[in-house]
Amino acid sequence: MLPLLSVDGLVKHFPVRRGLLRRTTEMLQAVDGVSFTVEPGETLGVVGESGCGKSTLARVMLRLVTADSGSVRFHGEDLFTASPGRLKRLRRDLQLVFQDPHASLNPRMTMRDAVAFNLIIHGIDRASARRRADDMLGDVGLEPALFGGRYPHEVSGGQRQRVNIARALVLDPQLVVLDEPVSALDKSVQAQVLNLLQQLKAARRLTYVLISHDLNVIEYASDRVIVLYLGKIVEMGPATVVAAAPQHPYTQALFRSAPSMDPSQRLLEPPLTGDPPNPLRPPSGCRFRTRCPFAMALCAEETPPLLEIGAGHFAACHLQCGHSGTRNDARALAGMPQNRDGA
Amino acid sequence: MSTATPAVLSAAPAPRGALSYWGLVGHRLARDPVTLIAGALLGAIVLGAVLAPVIAPYDPVDGSIRLRLSPIGTTGHPLGTDEQGRDMLTRLLFGGRMTLLAGITPIAVACLLGGLLGVLAGYLGGLVNTVVMRVCDIFYAFPAVLLAIAISGALGPGLTNTLISLSVVFLPRIIRVAEAATVQTKSLEYVAAARASGAGSAAIVRYHLVPNVLAPVLVFTSTQVSLSIILAAGLSFLGLGVTPPAAEWGLMLNTLRQSIYVDPWVPALPGVAIFIVSMAFNLLSDGLRDAMDTRG
Repeated sequence: MLPLLSVDGLVKHFPVRRGLLRRTTEMLQAVDGVSFTVEPGETLGVVGESGCGKSTLARVMLRLVTADSGSVRFHGEDLFTASPGRLKRLRRDLQLVFQDPHASLNPRMTMRDAVAFNLIIHGIDRASARRRADDMLGDVGLEPALFGGRYPHEVSGGQRQRVNIARALVLDPQLVVLDEPVSALDKSVQAQVLNLLQQLKAARRLTYVLISHDLNVIEYASDRVIVLYLGKIVEMGPATVVAAAPQHPYTQALFRSAPSMDPSQRLLEPPLTGDPPNPLRPPSGCRFRTRCPFAMALCAEETPPLLEIGAGHFAACHLQCGHSGTRNDARALAGMPQNRDGA
Repeated sequence: MSTATPAVLSAAPAPRGALSYWGLVGHRLARDPVTLIAGALLGAIVLGAVLAPVIAPYDPVDGSIRLRLSPIGTTGHPLGTDEQGRDMLTRLLFGGRMTLLAGITPIAVACLLGGLLGVLAGYLGGLVNTVVMRVCDIFYAFPAVLLAIAISGALGPGLTNTLISLSVVFLPRIIRVAEAATVQTKSLEYVAAARASGAGSAAIVRYHLVPNVLAPVLVFTSTQVSLSIILAAGLSFLGLGVTPPAAEWGLMLNTLRQSIYVDPWVPALPGVAIFIVSMAFNLLSDGLRDAMDTRG
C-alpha cells in the first residue's frame, strides 16, 4: 500500500551567524538525513531528548521551514515542489497542533473565531464557518455556547489545547502532526487530552505523527516509534517491540531512565549522563558514541547505517551489524532480554 | 465572613461571552475614576474649542486697547484681557482649537503611517526592514525639539508646516514601536499555526498581526499626544508655528510674556491650559494601557 506520507532524506541545517558581518560560521544540524513513512491510520510516535530536532522535523515536514534537501511526499505528491495554490489546498490535509497552548492562540480572537479562521481562509463564508466552528468545539468537549465567545486568557490550559485541536481538525485533515500536544499540561489533563485525541482519531479516521519527549505518552498512544538523536533516527519500529526490547544503546538508556514503580528495579547509576553533544559540532561517526557505554573505535570512524533487524524494526548501531564482539555483553550489561530480534 | 462572601462573588468577572475586545476595553475604562475625570476634562476642553465661535463672548482678534491687561475677575472679562485688550476667555477657547489641532493631527498621521510602515517592515523583514529602520535611526538621532525646530525652520512658519514637522518627529517613534511589536508577534505560534493552515500574508497581517500590534501602538501613541501638544505650542512660542494675530496657546504665552511683570496671573493662563490638557492626555493613556492589557 502506498504510504500516506513518505519522508526521504530530510536535511535541515540552521546557519549560525556571528560577528559584525553576520557571516555564517557554523551550521546547526537540526535534522540530518531523516527518512521514514507514515502509513494511513497509524500513530507514529517521535521521541527524543530536548534539542534532538523533533520540532524542527515537524516544521520542515509541513513546509513551515524550508528544508535544505530531501523530499516529503503526501499520497506520492511532493510537498516541497507544490505551487503556492496547491500547497494551500494540501495544508487542509496536513495539520499541526502546537505545544504551547498560550502562544498558539491569538489573544485577540475568541475560541469560535480561532477555529472559524481556518475555514474562512479557505473560502467558507463567515456564518457557516462559525457554525462549523461551534460544531467542532462541541466535538472536542467544549460547549460552544459557553466557550465560543471566550478569549484564550479566560480559559484553562487544557481547554486552550482542546481549541488548538479543534482548529486543526476543523479542516478535516488526513494527517495531524501533534508537536508535544500534552507536555505543557498537568498529568490529569494530559490523560484527558490524550483520550480525546484517540477518540477523534477513531471517529475521523485520522493519522497522527505524535512528537513527544515523554515515553509514557509515546508508549500509550503510538503504533510505531521513531527515536531521534541529534537529528538522526537511531531506532524505529513497532511501539511494543521497541518498548520491550530496545536495540540501540540510546533507546535502552532512554527507556531505563523512565522511573520504575518497582523498588527492586531501582537504578544504581543514571543510565545516561551528561547533556547531548553540541549539535553545532556533532561527534564523528555515531553521534551517540560520546555517551554510549559500548563505544568502540569503529564508532568514531563510521556512521552506522539504519538496518532492519526485525520485522519493521530498524536500528543504527554498529553492534547490530556483525561487529558483535561486544553485542551480548552489551545486552547483558543493559539488562535486556536476549534473542528477541530474531523474528 | 458571611458578609465577605457575597462581595467576593460579585467581584468575580461577570460572564462576558457577548462582549468584544473593544467592548471590554470600554467597560474597563468606564470603571476607572481617574480616567473618567481626565476624559471628562478633555471632553469639556475639546467641546469648548469646537464650539468656540458659538460660545465665546467676544471676537478673538478684536480687542479694546483701553481695556488691555485687565486682571482676572474684571466685569465682562472673567479671565481678564491680554496686552491688546482682547478677551482671554475667548482667546483661550479659540487657542485650544489651534493647539489641539496642531497637537493631535501629527500624532494621528504618524500613527496611521508609522503603524503601517512598522508592520510592513516587521512582517517583511530583510531589506525593507533594514531601509525603514535605519532611516528611522537617522531621525531618532536628533532630540525631538531640535528636529521639530529644524524642520519647521526650514519649511517656514504656518500651521501646515507645523503639522508636517511634528508628523516627521513622531513617525520614527511609532514605526519603531509597531515594528518591535510586529516582530515579536510574528514569531508566536499562532502565526505559524495560521500559516500551517494555509493562510496568506494578507489574512495573517489583517487578523493576527494588526489586532495584536494595535494595542501597544495605540498606548504608545496616546503617551505622545501631550508631548506633541507641548511641541506645537513651543513652535508657536518661537514664532515657527501659528502666526499672529490668530490665537494659539504657545503664541499667547509668547506675546504675554512681557506683561508678566504687570500681572503674573493672566499670562500664566495659556500655560495652565497646556498643562491641564497634556496632563489629562497622560492620565488617559495610563488608563488606556491598563484597560488594553487583557491578561490583567
